[in-house]
Amino acid sequence: MDKNIKLEVRNVTKVFGKNPHKVISLLNEGLSKSEIFEKTKQTVGLNNVNFEVYDGEIFVIMGLSGSGKSTLLRCLNRLIEPTAGEILIDGQNITQMSAEELRNTRRTKLGMVFQNFALLPHRTVLDNVAYGLEIQGIPKEDRYFKALAAIETVGLKGYENSKITQLSGGMKQRVGLARAIANDPDILLMDEAFSALDPLIRTDMQNELLALEDRMQKTIIFVSHDLDEALKLGDRIALMKDGKVVQIGTPDEILTEPANSYVSRFVAGVDRSKILTAESVMRRPEPFVSVSSGIRVAIKLMKAHGISSIYVVEGKNRRLRGILMISDALKALKAGKSLEDAMIQEPPQVAPDLPLSDVIPLIAESQYPLAVVNDSGKLLGIMVRGTVLGALAMSGQNGHATAFEEKDPEEKTSEEKSLEEKKFAGEKFEENPPEKTDPISKSKGEAEGKAGNEARFPPESSGIPDISGGINNDGIDTGSASTEAAAKAPLISDTGPGSEVKIC
Amino acid sequence: MLTLRLPVGDAVEFAVGWIEGNFGPFLDLTSKQLDFLVSSLKDALLFLPPELFILGIFLLSYFVGKRNIKLASGTAFGFFLIDNMGLWELSIETLALVLSSTLLALIIGIPLGILSAKNTVLFHVVKPSLDFMQTMPSFVYLIPALIFFGLGNVPGIIATVVFAMPPVIRLTSLGIRQVPKELTEVADAFGSTGWQKLSKVELPVALPTIMAGVNQCIMLSLSMVVIAAMIGARGLGYQVLFGIQRVDIGMGFEAGLAIVIIAVFLDRITQNLSPK
Repeated sequence: MDKNIKLEVRNVTKVFGKNPHKVISLLNEGLSKSEIFEKTKQTVGLNNVNFEVYDGEIFVIMGLSGSGKSTLLRCLNRLIEPTAGEILIDGQNITQMSAEELRNTRRTKLGMVFQNFALLPHRTVLDNVAYGLEIQGIPKEDRYFKALAAIETVGLKGYENSKITQLSGGMKQRVGLARAIANDPDILLMDEAFSALDPLIRTDMQNELLALEDRMQKTIIFVSHDLDEALKLGDRIALMKDGKVVQIGTPDEILTEPANSYVSRFVAGVDRSKILTAESVMRRPEPFVSVSSGIRVAIKLMKAHGISSIYVVEGKNRRLRGILMISDALKALKAGKSLEDAMIQEPPQVAPDLPLSDVIPLIAESQYPLAVVNDSGKLLGIMVRGTVLGALAMSGQNGHATAFEEKDPEEKTSEEKSLEEKKFAGEKFEENPPEKTDPISKSKGEAEGKAGNEARFPPESSGIPDISGGINNDGIDTGSASTEAAAKAPLISDTGPGSEVKIC
Repeated sequence: MLTLRLPVGDAVEFAVGWIEGNFGPFLDLTSKQLDFLVSSLKDALLFLPPELFILGIFLLSYFVGKRNIKLASGTAFGFFLIDNMGLWELSIETLALVLSSTLLALIIGIPLGILSAKNTVLFHVVKPSLDFMQTMPSFVYLIPALIFFGLGNVPGIIATVVFAMPPVIRLTSLGIRQVPKELTEVADAFGSTGWQKLSKVELPVALPTIMAGVNQCIMLSLSMVVIAAMIGARGLGYQVLFGIQRVDIGMGFEAGLAIVIIAVFLDRITQNLSPK
């Protein structure tokens, strides 16, 4: 591993009861949590938990209530004493520390955010945030300075003298977060920190935590019972059940390679469209044509690949310039116009980290494939409806994928179509009306200016001239999908025949 | 039916006698110090002429009572009435007795309450003792107090402290135990020492409950200070007792009214001091 291990949990077991060591020997004999409870009336909180947390990552501990996740988090700073095992923070074993060493470690390395905010009701926002500094004996001026900076970081500037009772839930948790970061700890322990907030505020806080993490690069250990939250926040996730860690992995691994039936049942209800990003389902943009190559090359490429549109890029960096439709290309060839004049500039494009849930409405309304473009304008990949639906249809049920693979292209296309209808049943979805303006074009005015231009293109199912037998007139999207076999090198998750199914 | 009479009374008598015999000098010393405390407090309170004192009471009620002019003027009028009935000196003596017994009860009761909240064993010892102290008729405390300290203000104070302390211990203990677990976890998670946890988290959070205990303590002290007149404690109680002996309803009522006025004043002040 090239990452530094920040925190390491080795064989940690926690038993709640009067004679925990007897229980540990029973655990070693392989008895289950419920058997042990029947025998001894003692509860196994954690059963031989092992994991590592890397420096600067968000590690989510997830499980249903009673799975031991909060117990595990509290063992990390010894709010709960583990019965057995070791917990190493920066290589130091916290379970062996004296009271004094433990106090220092808690003060300097561990910040904690609580589920129900746990703010001190008799203190102002500022004094709550400064609490951790105050108990370290930092002079008033200093600690207020740091506390104010933390308050500003969480976006509560101006509220520092407010009373806790005057704040809303979201603001209270911001105070909780500010209090935890005011000490500038290396590790933030967050115990269901956003569970008590209403959904909209929760989403905001999640986004802000991610933004904060980008800036501060702290190691965050986040406990959650909400899988969507875990998948959104976590660099890696540990899924717990009955005090055991069932699986540790990246969100993609948890979704696509569930370790056992419990995990797969757990993830079955996930809205994958919120987890998968444009980047993770896009196809390679090939073929594309350089703006300097000229219109004949473009037509040739389209013919060779049997597609009705091609992306036009510029330079080594593959900067996206536009998209060229076959019909335009042919007309331009007759009229002697250049490639640059014939192409459509500002084609629909999305950022690589856009979740599929946001991509779906765009792709539903767009008559071209979507270009996935990074910040510097480089064309990273393209998405057609087929790719998006394929990724969603996979839904962690790997069995389905093989079923898809065996179908011949024609059948698959129709299947896709029926899927499409299902998926978009609730949305306003029309089969590419000819005069649709591009909804995601960055400069709206320009797009509208081009409306007439677009209108020149025939509606999809009617009249693109058949230049080669391979061209599929059903439309751009399905056309591209049907040529995936020819593209041969799909990056990800193609539903194309013969292509390997893979999501991460 | 033959019954063996268990010598409970004899045993207590023996124990009291033994304590008196062996701790005599210590009891005398305590007696002297307590007497000094009460008389100096009384002298301090009597130092101001009644008019100035009433003005002071008015201002105190006004500011402590969150600028409630009705409360302040009512209290001032009450004390004016006391002075008018010629009960000023006796009332001040009662006030001094109440304040010193309350002080003692708090000094012993609050730490005991904190300890019993933290220590389960102590809690299980203290709890039945408190039940015992509270249900035993208050007059009974007068007897050992009389034996140990003779007649006067001091045995009155001792009996009052024993009688008024239980709610302080109980409510302090309850308040600390009721501090939400997450808040004590905050204190620990951020690396507080035991003292920091107590002084910066637990006591402030438990303060409203503790203040309710203080209020109860003052009220009970006042009622006991009156009863303690039976063993020679002076003040308004003595006047009430005098009224009973002479069957003088007017005298008894006036003294009783003065007690009520003091009680209301102390109650409102302590209630307003406790944070909401």
